[in-house]
Amino acid sequence: MKDFFLTKYDLSPSSLESVMGRVLGKKIDYADLYLEYTASEAMSLEEGTVKKVSKNISQGAGVRAVAAEKTGYAYSDDITLENLLVSAKTARYIAQEGESSHVPSVKTNASPHDLYPVQTAPIDVPIEDKMRLLESVDQVARACDPRIKKVMASYASEVKRVFIVNSKGEMSQDTLPLMRLNVTCIAEDGGRREVGSFGGGGRHEFGFFLEDHRFEYYAKEAARQAIINLSAIDSPAGPMEVVLGPGWPGILLHEAIGHGLEADFNRKGTSAFSGRLGTRVASELCTIIDDGTIAGRRGSLNCDDEGVPTSRTVLIENGILKGYLFDRQNAALMKMPLTGNGRRESYAHSPMPRMTNTFMLAGKDDPSDIIRSVKRGLYAVSFGGGQVDITSGKFVFSANEAYLIEDGKITKPVKGATLIGNGPDILTKVTMVGNDLALDSGVGTCGKEGQSVPVGVGLPTIKISEITVGGTA
Amino acid sequence: MPFSLDQANDLLKEAKDKGATDGDIFVLQGESFEGTVRLREIEKVSDARGKSLTLRLFFGKRHAITSTSDFTQKSLHALLDDTCRLAQISPEDPCAGLPEATLCEKSIPCYDLSDDAVRNISIDEKIDMARRCEQAALSADPRISNSEGGSIGNSHTGILYAATNGFSGSYRTSSSSLSVSPIASEDGVMQRDYWYSSRRKYSDLESAESVGAKAAARTIRRLKARKVATQNVPVVFDPEMAASLLSCLGSAINGYALYKQASFLMDHLGEKIASDGITIVDDPTLSDGLGTKPFDGEGLPATKKTIVEKGVLKSYLLDTYSGRKLNLPSTGNASRGAGSSPSVGVSNFHLNPGTDSPEAIIASVQSGLYVTELIGFGVNTVTGDYSQGAVGIWIADGALAYPVEEITIAGNLKEMLLNIERVGNDVCRFTRISAPTLKISQMTVAGSERA
Repeated sequence: MKDFFLTKYDLSPSSLESVMGRVLGKKIDYADLYLEYTASEAMSLEEGTVKKVSKNISQGAGVRAVAAEKTGYAYSDDITLENLLVSAKTARYIAQEGESSHVPSVKTNASPHDLYPVQTAPIDVPIEDKMRLLESVDQVARACDPRIKKVMASYASEVKRVFIVNSKGEMSQDTLPLMRLNVTCIAEDGGRREVGSFGGGGRHEFGFFLEDHRFEYYAKEAARQAIINLSAIDSPAGPMEVVLGPGWPGILLHEAIGHGLEADFNRKGTSAFSGRLGTRVASELCTIIDDGTIAGRRGSLNCDDEGVPTSRTVLIENGILKGYLFDRQNAALMKMPLTGNGRRESYAHSPMPRMTNTFMLAGKDDPSDIIRSVKRGLYAVSFGGGQVDITSGKFVFSANEAYLIEDGKITKPVKGATLIGNGPDILTKVTMVGNDLALDSGVGTCGKEGQSVPVGVGLPTIKISEITVGGTA
Repeated sequence: MPFSLDQANDLLKEAKDKGATDGDIFVLQGESFEGTVRLREIEKVSDARGKSLTLRLFFGKRHAITSTSDFTQKSLHALLDDTCRLAQISPEDPCAGLPEATLCEKSIPCYDLSDDAVRNISIDEKIDMARRCEQAALSADPRISNSEGGSIGNSHTGILYAATNGFSGSYRTSSSSLSVSPIASEDGVMQRDYWYSSRRKYSDLESAESVGAKAAARTIRRLKARKVATQNVPVVFDPEMAASLLSCLGSAINGYALYKQASFLMDHLGEKIASDGITIVDDPTLSDGLGTKPFDGEGLPATKKTIVEKGVLKSYLLDTYSGRKLNLPSTGNASRGAGSSPSVGVSNFHLNPGTDSPEAIIASVQSGLYVTELIGFGVNTVTGDYSQGAVGIWIADGALAYPVEEITIAGNLKEMLLNIERVGNDVCRFTRISAPTLKISQMTVAGSERA
């Protein structure tokens, strides 16, 4: 691995210094070069048969120049010294004058983390094993209930090699395994059809899916959710008390809070959280963390895509806003320490502040006491996707498994419930926090300005005193 | 050196020598530029060159698909060997395969989709366009206090497709776009909106000043938004949001959703699915259209089709595979992307204009919502359940009264399509998916407590 890129593309430390030298000039504060080689595979199953077996190779190099608030970026998928020098010239368009200058000699900047030490990357496991996994998922899901009529499953894995060298002379590299298994079931009863989905994954060896009956659990969860939804009634509409279950409903934190705390929006003053550091933005029961250093998690990284080691950042502590998420450019402009949150989808994108694994710390309440405390409300345990308007703070997310709570008891399942609220005040309405923090199973993907990156979320059971539920009943 | 059709056919011949019964190659080669100006200063300039080759090989009814962005001979041969190996261990799929040779496009139409003139426009000139666009927004109103920037972008893409059924063809396309996203504030509360222009050719873009002014007006009208009480009312979709509704319909008649029984519109061909005023066409032959193409992703003719006529579903959207699963011929809607099998996509998917002016439609509403933005993922194609976060303007006594936010609109697409009561005459033919102003007779708006 060590010299994978240098060998494969016939580059040397001195040729990389020459590329950095070409970018750097009087008006350029920082420059970096990002090389990436990703091998990925995917396959899906439907009608009991594995289909669409695919394997893809993607490689490329991105050169970036930063001058205060300006960024120049150029990329190409031909990694040759000649092309890198052309990209370097384009990237420095933002500084139209100045001479090339000296770059310190390149030294390796090792990350203190080793979060995904896999012996065999999932992609190197025989493809037949993965086909068998999908077939087993199909059998388990179908065996759950005769009303399960369609089972669709997909498996994807990749290994991404990255190499980053910057104008400070720092060089870092990483090899990132990632895999995911998703199951969707359609249940049918008396002409009514409903859907259920579940999945998981992370930066693990392939055996992860076979351990602890994980793939069976995914299949059974998808089937169970589809069957539950067959008897779901229309969701109520209007404001009410809402209890969120543990784990994946942490998407609330990601949408309502996390994006608004990314440094770029705050530096530009375009976030509803701009200028609120040190002020109360949540009830004192809430402490929110972003942590890129949890072993094996989908959102974890040894170092971010700017070569900065990831860390554990306290965003909100006992309700007080404590910190933002930084990439290099915004940390420099705001004169704040790096947090290791500079991420990019691939070589075709320049980095920006992004979340890793975002979650709320556990509280003291027993989850059953939380349910018991609700007279009339909604208990939401699983969600599809969410979205936020950073500027107005309004966020929305859609439940795909939810129940009515009546007189302290979970009663009927409901469908089609969308929750909408205001990011800066939603957490001030958190009145109970459970002792059951759980992280999600590893399927989250976050989109921002057209770039997708894998992320994780987590939540204990929490009660929100009022949120608008968008149903029809 | 761009990858050529001869090279593609050579590679396919090699695949046949290795035992493949059939195969196809899809190549994308492109370059793009994007520049952003924020608060009058350059914020970002980016320049890109990218390419991908996707190889699909069949060994009888077994097949696999691979792709790479590394076009060296060594890499392409490794890819070929990999694909052969993968295909041979993949399960048989009776419906898999290329379309029959007789169905392929024989005389590929020549559309003028590529913009050569834009190559003569300097980066400075493009950046200036973005700057003028942002300036028009910033100076439109003193309440415009900030900006996410004005952006200008353009791209050129070469598309090449060759298959062992004898089809081979290539074409070049381009696009340019200009956009700005201003932020307004009043009483300490911020709102953001945007406007854009996107065309095949740079010279056809709407003027920077016009895009900037529209973006500013859209942003200003969101200030002092309120929440409304939960109630059932008529909902008017502006053309952009009506187009999003049209996309939902497109997903529900996508062949893959249909044969997987994952659509609320399965088994509805020939049936009434929308109100009488709804006629929808998919027209890949439109000059200048952003979805125009000379052939589809499998080399089949791309022709104009009526999808919905006066509310009756006339055609699904199919490629060869999903068509075979449904015992129907492909509708020429195969779409390709790097590294994946064909999927189904629309070309220029347009809901025909009606006769009502948008003003008349708004005037027909006593109390209701005019929706200008929808957020979230609350659309369930399997059941048709629809519940989305919404932003808009409240209609009182037939006139736009005040902005509203933090509300949702909900219903079921099956009923929503049948309840489209009025169709506007205000269609924009330049966007790929477009629709005029639409009025749905009733939906549930959720906000504060019911009155």
